[in-house]
Amino acid sequence: MELRFLVQLGIIGFTFFMLINASALLVLAERKIMGFMQQRYGPYLVGPHGLLQPLADIIKLLMKEELRPKGADKWLFTLAPMLSITAAFAAFAAVPWGAETTFFGLLDDPVSLGVADINVGVLVIFAITSMGVYGIVLAGWSSNSKYSLFGGLRASAQMISYELSYATALSGVILLAGSLSLREVVDGQAGTWFGVIPRWHLFLQPVGFIIYMIAGVAETNRAPFDFPEAEQELVAGYNTEYSSVRFALFPQAEYINMTTMSAVATDLYLGGWHGPFLSPEYGWIWFLLKVGAILFAYIWVRWTVPRYRYDQLMQFGWKWLFPASVINLVATAALVLYFNA
Amino acid sequence: MPETLTFYALSGLAIGASALVIGQRNPMYSVLMLIASFGALAGLYIQLDAPFVAVAQIIIYAGAIMVLFLFVVMLLNAPQEDAAEWDRSHPLRPPVVARFGGMLALLLVVQLAWALLRAGGLGGPVAGLGDADVVSSVRELGRVLFTDYVFAFEATSILILVAMVGAVVLARREGD
Amino acid sequence: MIPLGHYLIVSAVLFAIGTAGVFLRRNLITILLSIEIMLNAVNLTFVAFARQSGNLDGQIVVFFVMTVAAAEAAVGLAIVIGLYRHRESLNPDAFASLKW
Repeated sequence: MELRFLVQLGIIGFTFFMLINASALLVLAERKIMGFMQQRYGPYLVGPHGLLQPLADIIKLLMKEELRPKGADKWLFTLAPMLSITAAFAAFAAVPWGAETTFFGLLDDPVSLGVADINVGVLVIFAITSMGVYGIVLAGWSSNSKYSLFGGLRASAQMISYELSYATALSGVILLAGSLSLREVVDGQAGTWFGVIPRWHLFLQPVGFIIYMIAGVAETNRAPFDFPEAEQELVAGYNTEYSSVRFALFPQAEYINMTTMSAVATDLYLGGWHGPFLSPEYGWIWFLLKVGAILFAYIWVRWTVPRYRYDQLMQFGWKWLFPASVINLVATAALVLYFNA
Repeated sequence: MPETLTFYALSGLAIGASALVIGQRNPMYSVLMLIASFGALAGLYIQLDAPFVAVAQIIIYAGAIMVLFLFVVMLLNAPQEDAAEWDRSHPLRPPVVARFGGMLALLLVVQLAWALLRAGGLGGPVAGLGDADVVSSVRELGRVLFTDYVFAFEATSILILVAMVGAVVLARREGD
Repeated sequence: MIPLGHYLIVSAVLFAIGTAGVFLRRNLITILLSIEIMLNAVNLTFVAFARQSGNLDGQIVVFFVMTVAAAEAAVGLAIVIGLYRHRESLNPDAFASLKW
């Protein structure tokens, strides 16, 4: 009992640690990949091949002066980045990232890899990510600067709009799996069809997957939907007035949100930790590979596709993406009814 | 014991935050305090074995309706509520007319207290007759919602549609 | 175990706070917020009774209250925006005239 508790505590700490690492590594990965796409090296001076660059970045940000504009709202200006980062970390708590394991016989009963197994896990993740918008909106409002305010306004409108498509696309998978628990959704994807094709929801819900990914990019405010910070129009949007640690928390929250989004996509559509060649004990390797692939796609898209115009974003979200996701949901429901009846 | 403690902490937070919603003048802070209050209520719902209601509370109330409020507060950039002539010190200090409103509110409190005192069977534990598994089951909730209450469900969807059209028409600038 | 009465007391206090807000405040947005407090107080009662009777009907009613609250907020805020455009004020006393 005692040992089990310690192991679970260890898993929670490990998840937290890996999320922090993920955000640091993603900064480096982004700059490296961007560099190679633009036929240059990216950072390479600090450490071998620039591997220690994130560390240097962190030290630089910690050493910088904390600035707060005179007209800014004292409390909300500090609260906003905290809200952002808290929501980002908390959302991952409901994401399982590996099969049940006994740690090679260390424990008598298998323990599941992941912070918490919640029976309405999908909804919990959705609820917590929807709280993330407050960080950005409050940052925009409390800075008392017009660029920040525009960034905040854009963020609230954009995230509300795309949340709908996001949730509707996700409901298709819930219908197929018949459960709101992410672990059950993943375990429903074990095995293969005809011995070759893995039973991933991706192949049953291709449209849903595409909608999910597009809405996910918009939810995390990444290019081509990075309107809340659109450098060319709004200086830096909601984080124009921020500096030092308070500034650092926003990009960190963004990278952690990306990781969560990719992890949820992996669990819902790509079969989570199920894959060939590896025993379930090592399933988390598959999980990491799949999340990595999606994150690479994220960065790839950012440095390939130019930013939309804001009205185009709203038009696309409401007139194309949302109807498509509704049609997808209705078609899925009809097919599930037909084949299960 | 931890159950009682969480109950008092959460209900204290809900009441305190709600009191601050009406107890200070900055609409921005009012909205944020209300979000905190909703969060505390969601915690109470979880304690009442209603996880789906709790999550819906966060998604719909805190995640959507309150963002709308926040959006309007930011859009109008409405600053502090302008204090009336008789009131430069505190938003709750009333003149004669508002004192009448205050009396009505007080009357409501008295009536509610009276009703609570007169009602029997309130001392029993809240987890009395019901089975926790039945109440917290999302599947069962969906079944009841889409069978027994399907007419009400469809009626609400029409209501939402009407509200949507109404909001668009009302908020549109003339001449657009 | 927490008695049912305690939940009802919390709900009653919240409802009274909401009512007081509607009566006492002079900001349209805060008044709408007070209405939301009242709706939530009622929701708490419904969920508490649903738990006590082991019946899901109370939770279902909460969903309908939430949808109605969403509709109310959307329409109410649209009206607030319209009023603000006319008078540059959120004080309900500014809208006392029947015609302008």
